[in-house]
Amino acid sequence: MEKIVLIISLVLIGIAIGITLIRIIIGPSLPDRVLSLDIVGVQIVSVLAIISIILETDAFLGVLLILAILSFIGTIAFTKFIERGVIIERRKRDL
Amino acid sequence: MKINNVILRTASRFVVFIILTLALYLFFAGHNNPGGGFIAGLVLSSAFVLMYLVNDMETVQKAIPLDFRRIAALGAFLAVGTGFGGLIFGAPFLTQVFGHFHLPFFGTVELTTVTIFEAGVTLTVVGVVITIILSISEDV
Repeated sequence: MEKIVLIISLVLIGIAIGITLIRIIIGPSLPDRVLSLDIVGVQIVSVLAIISIILETDAFLGVLLILAILSFIGTIAFTKFIERGVIIERRKRDL
Repeated sequence: MKINNVILRTASRFVVFIILTLALYLFFAGHNNPGGGFIAGLVLSSAFVLMYLVNDMETVQKAIPLDFRRIAALGAFLAVGTGFGGLIFGAPFLTQVFGHFHLPFFGTVELTTVTIFEAGVTLTVVGVVITIILSISEDV
């Protein structure tokens, strides 16, 4: 019973990733695409969590943490590129 | 143009420590579990990249006055130096030894010279990755 629920949720998240990929491809503007990439990262993290529950192993948890961190940093870099045009600044700007 | 990024600054102070803790865990888990020096170096450099993203080059350079090229060179020297340590005792190059020691408060622990080699790999990876990222972003 529990396994059926987990597999159903895996299928649903897979469909959601497909829908989000459509938004990445046809997204009218750059912020739409960046937001969709962030959502895809979160969805992949949840897929990995469900797979590690199904297989009853903790070998995927390190992958999960590193993927979450890289997705976070990538989203920050993209938003900084949209907002300022430069990712790492040379000196402190007026704040 | 004034940009207010106080949320990012406040969040990154905690997130950097979480990433550094994960890097330390991966470094010491590498003996028996997934992990090791290379991955710990990559995670450590992602923490540095987050610091460079939130602040700017001059602030981070003032807070952490390290030359990352020298860190890469030091790491390569350390990794190769442990390899030559085996040659002194008549063993082949890169021979690693381990032993069980009694330490106060920790009990019996297994200490090995692979850890020094892994530390060298970690320092090399951090230095090279940060040098690449900084020299790419300086061209803007």
